[in-house]
Amino acid sequence: MKAYDKVKIARHLSRPTALDYFNYCFDDFTELHGDRLFYDDGAIVGGLAKLGGRPVTLIGIQKGRDTKENLKRNFGQASPEGYRKALRLMKQAEKFGRPVICFVNTGGAYPGMGAEERGQGEAIAKNLFELSKLKTPVISIIIGEGGSGGALALAVADRVWMLENSVYAVLSPEGFASILWKDGKRAEEAAEIMKITAHDLYDLGIVEKVIDEVPGGCHENFEFTANLIKHSLEEELPQLMAMSKDELLEKRYKRYRGFGVYNE
Amino acid sequence: MALFGKSKYWPLGFDIFGKKDEIVIKEAVESNLGETDGSGEKQEKAEDVSLRCKGCGKEIKKSEAGRYRICPDCGRYFRLGAKERIYLTADKGSFVEFDADMTAANPLDFPDYENKIAAMQSKTGIKDAVVTGRCKIGGYDCIIGAMDSSFIMASMGSVVGEKIARAFEYASENKLPVVLFAASGGARMQEGIISLMQMAKTSAAAAKHSEAGQLYISVLTDPTTGGVTASFAMLGDIIISEPKALVGFAGRRVIEGTIKQKLPDDFQTAEFQLEHGFVDLIVERENMAAKLADLIGMHYSKEGDRL
Ligand SMILES: [Zn+2]
Repeated sequence: MKAYDKVKIARHLSRPTALDYFNYCFDDFTELHGDRLFYDDGAIVGGLAKLGGRPVTLIGIQKGRDTKENLKRNFGQASPEGYRKALRLMKQAEKFGRPVICFVNTGGAYPGMGAEERGQGEAIAKNLFELSKLKTPVISIIIGEGGSGGALALAVADRVWMLENSVYAVLSPEGFASILWKDGKRAEEAAEIMKITAHDLYDLGIVEKVIDEVPGGCHENFEFTANLIKHSLEEELPQLMAMSKDELLEKRYKRYRGFGVYNE
Repeated sequence: MALFGKSKYWPLGFDIFGKKDEIVIKEAVESNLGETDGSGEKQEKAEDVSLRCKGCGKEIKKSEAGRYRICPDCGRYFRLGAKERIYLTADKGSFVEFDADMTAANPLDFPDYENKIAAMQSKTGIKDAVVTGRCKIGGYDCIIGAMDSSFIMASMGSVVGEKIARAFEYASENKLPVVLFAASGGARMQEGIISLMQMAKTSAAAAKHSEAGQLYISVLTDPTTGGVTASFAMLGDIIISEPKALVGFAGRRVIEGTIKQKLPDDFQTAEFQLEHGFVDLIVERENMAAKLADLIGMHYSKEGDRL
């Protein structure tokens, strides 16, 4: 399968969203709203739930299924307030010793006027800064599109996983092609060389696990993939919870510190 | 007294290197290596080339722009190369460069990337888009880094990320303040996802330095955008900007394409960021070194002890 075929599956309108996983993989989800500063960004959802009886904090980037819902979700493009809501919930999780599980699905942070006025860059930077030292386990799962800094702001974690047909990239293939070749129509070609598929990123050591989907994509069989996610979390979380905070943070630091290829 | 003991970055003692590097920088500045007019076109190493001012559009002789490279007509700043920036900021003879020979690899086997890097290196006289090292500013020991927009628009790939992370780590270990002059068009596209990870890496290193109780001053220069804005550039304890510098996250054309309207001219300027609360102060180029020394002095004694 071509990389761009996966881009299409990752963007499919029927692709399961963060809230679908919140409700299927966890018990007793209660949504918590707002950044306590400006407003409640519908592109980011979060709250409390239980996994095997253990409380967890869930945060996700939420895409809408139709135009009406996308007005609220802004097509899964978060504003600074969304990232600040996420950070608020992360700090709350740290206070109460709950693990944080992020479900990432965004084309990128919202490039709007208000977003710039209210510090989109600062909001993302602050999340990277705080997540790198958050004293509780964090697992991030790329469930659709992992678009650039807007995705990374919820993906500085102890474990990063990707669904088989999700993609994760520094920029959309369209944007990449238009910057590099001044031709956004060469997106398919860009997708091939960018190394954005789950298996490419597993091979590069960017993600620890690729979670299977049925042929055609997880919208064809949601339960199959959702059950795999649930079992993977049930297996991994106790191991992360058993680590001392120092060990956890040292390993998280080294995870990111090690990314980079250069000659000297 | 901060201890500058044995370090892998600095095996032979800084005085010798300091003088040598000072000469290198002086030569770089005097021969205008790395200086561009902002159009990305190479300037000849001529004695007195002309630069096109972005402010008034006039052709300005380099000699008229003076050592601070300021348009005599409208006051607009020309962009500075990394070594010129350090030359104007660090105390004479105090700069010791770190990781001077680190160069980009090609992690994604991106077509033609090696050739592009080689061409930029010969054009600019630097190995990648940031120069880092230690120096004194107004007598205070500190770690300094300056990005260079003439090198692939100072995009952040592995080399930029690694040098900045090492600079923070060195500063954490040795209890030193960090001063970084940011300038960037964003991520190094040719390094794909690896370049995205540099945002997390540099932010994590900045967080460690902060946890160590040390001062980080971020100076935003024209242009600071994309992944650099959304990582270490916005994480300073104190964030300074040069006047009129372009500072933002998303590109102007991307925003205009999204909202289907034209943005005001002053959108994403330093002054706009000051008004919206994202920079602490704007400092003129000719006052920058003195202001940095003042601010560092509020935190450290001349001997390097924390006050
Ligand atoms: Zn002018």
